[in-house]
Amino acid sequence: MAHARTIASLDGRLEMEPRASNAGVAAIRRFWRSAPLGVGSAVFLVFMGLIAILAPWLAPYSPLETDYLATQAPPTAAHLLGTDHLGRDVLSRIMYGTRVTLTVSLASVGLGAALGMIWGIASGYTGHRFDMVSQRLVEVLMSFPTLILAMLLLVSLGAGLLTVVIAIGISQVPLATRITRSVVLATKEMSYVEAARCVGASPSRIMTRHIAVQCVAPLLVIATVNLGAAIFAEASLSFLGVGVPPPTPSWGNMLGGVLAQSFDPPWWLVIFPGLAIATTIMAANLFGDGLRDFLDPKTGQLGRR
Amino acid sequence: MSRYILRRLAIAVPTIFGITVLIFIAMRVLPGDPLAMIGSQGQSTRVLTEEELASARTSLGLDRPLYVQYLSWLGDIARGDLGYSFWTSEPLSDQVLRRGPISAQIAIFAVIISWVIGVPVGLLSAVRRNSWLDNVSRLVVTTTMAVPSFWLGLVMVLLSVRLFYWRPPLTITQLWEEPLVNLQIVLGPAIALGIGLAAVIMRMTRSTALEVLGEDYVRTARAKGLGARALVAHHVFRNSLLPVITTSGVAIGGLLGGTVATETAFGVPGLGTLLVEAMTTRDWMMIQNLVLLYALIFVVVNLLIDLSYAWIDPRIRFT
Repeated sequence: MAHARTIASLDGRLEMEPRASNAGVAAIRRFWRSAPLGVGSAVFLVFMGLIAILAPWLAPYSPLETDYLATQAPPTAAHLLGTDHLGRDVLSRIMYGTRVTLTVSLASVGLGAALGMIWGIASGYTGHRFDMVSQRLVEVLMSFPTLILAMLLLVSLGAGLLTVVIAIGISQVPLATRITRSVVLATKEMSYVEAARCVGASPSRIMTRHIAVQCVAPLLVIATVNLGAAIFAEASLSFLGVGVPPPTPSWGNMLGGVLAQSFDPPWWLVIFPGLAIATTIMAANLFGDGLRDFLDPKTGQLGRR
Repeated sequence: MSRYILRRLAIAVPTIFGITVLIFIAMRVLPGDPLAMIGSQGQSTRVLTEEELASARTSLGLDRPLYVQYLSWLGDIARGDLGYSFWTSEPLSDQVLRRGPISAQIAIFAVIISWVIGVPVGLLSAVRRNSWLDNVSRLVVTTTMAVPSFWLGLVMVLLSVRLFYWRPPLTITQLWEEPLVNLQIVLGPAIALGIGLAAVIMRMTRSTALEVLGEDYVRTARAKGLGARALVAHHVFRNSLLPVITTSGVAIGGLLGGTVATETAFGVPGLGTLLVEAMTTRDWMMIQNLVLLYALIFVVVNLLIDLSYAWIDPRIRFT
């Protein structure tokens, strides 16, 4: 398997050599060869992104428009996925929910990776006492179950779109810090860094120009792999009623309270938002796995440990 | 062995200290104080006047300096006093004793289910690599890993209402009171969580078993004529166990968070639903101590897992 992949990628490289001017296309082609599923899910995620951006034009109704004559209506031609207990169109709400899902997951994963990178580089490069203390702190953060940590942060920050991003982002920081630090520790000893130090480069220059670059690829992989986890976290928090507050539609809060409202809840209110969550998480996971295998198999194992 | 345990315990102590500090900071320093959270709800809920707030602060000891509050909180915890609910004045320890066993049962059953499904399927999948069985199980794993367990729970409840016109009971019934009723409450969430966890376990078992299958000692065992069954049972299984246990440990963090959402999906009166109730009613002492409880459970579980390594793998014990 690994063997076949190497050959495939070598093959791709040989092929692209003559028209190296178009490196981006070539990279995508190689990605397609090594992980067709990853490309498929990337296309799916882009499609979701388009829905999020174009929601006002695509959605048949406003997500907040209530129709008291058609509450909890089953799927019909007028409401393709039915309506909820206030008569709001489920399809439109799912389309608008895409915005929350993608914004929160991308922003929180970005925040987590950025903070983790800064912290990890500072900790790994500085070493000594700072490293000791900050690693203990990472351990403390890691000893909270992720969702519980996010809930704790949300209690103190208050529920809202931005605070959900911060809470999920911070709960992803420890892993990003650990990974960055391990890359930094390995890079720090390399001769080119030593050379830079000899030439008289300042520590801040070495950290930003020589070491940070090395951390980008592994962090990119971790961030992508975490994308699914972030979508899951947002959905869970909103489901529990501590995440994105209503009436803003999010897939999680659409599921919240459905079962409490009646003994026999309308099936379309349970099935459709959940399907949206599951397919998107699956696409994110497959894309992350594909990217990891493509970029660096070793990093993946580090992240999964 | 005892030295290893001592060293591992010594690491856990500062971590626990850090946890208490972090929780305290999050609960007190960031939003003003807990009463400000309650008082600022406005609109439909009743709002306390300034005098009422001030007297409530004094009676709860919130007017003391922060470090005094922190130390007295630690003292209470150390004495096993988990405080009272702000709204109902019910001691939290009563609630924990009543609901804790239910949540513990859910988590333990989920882990058992995940092992019973995940380990054999993972081993089989590795031994028969790229067979139809392997491909099917990998497809199932990819799918299940994407399904949030709380949604799986919702779908399970929906199905049982549709098929049997039955929903799991919402009461608190312990295993030692009425075992059958208790199982009706506990099994649903345990299955929903266990299936998701089984996917993770299966994936990990498969990849480590594949690694082990490539080892020299496996080839030697095969060369000396050991049957496939004995090979897997004696050589592959035990050596693949360690990473699987590690994964379970990491996954238990997710499981503890997952129980909160899954319990809510089923309406099971466990610790998770208690935490959610506390959060929606802003019952700060409950939130503070429940979060601490969850973190402590996670620390203890990780500690036990580390110790179990040493027990399983002598190499760790003697380094």
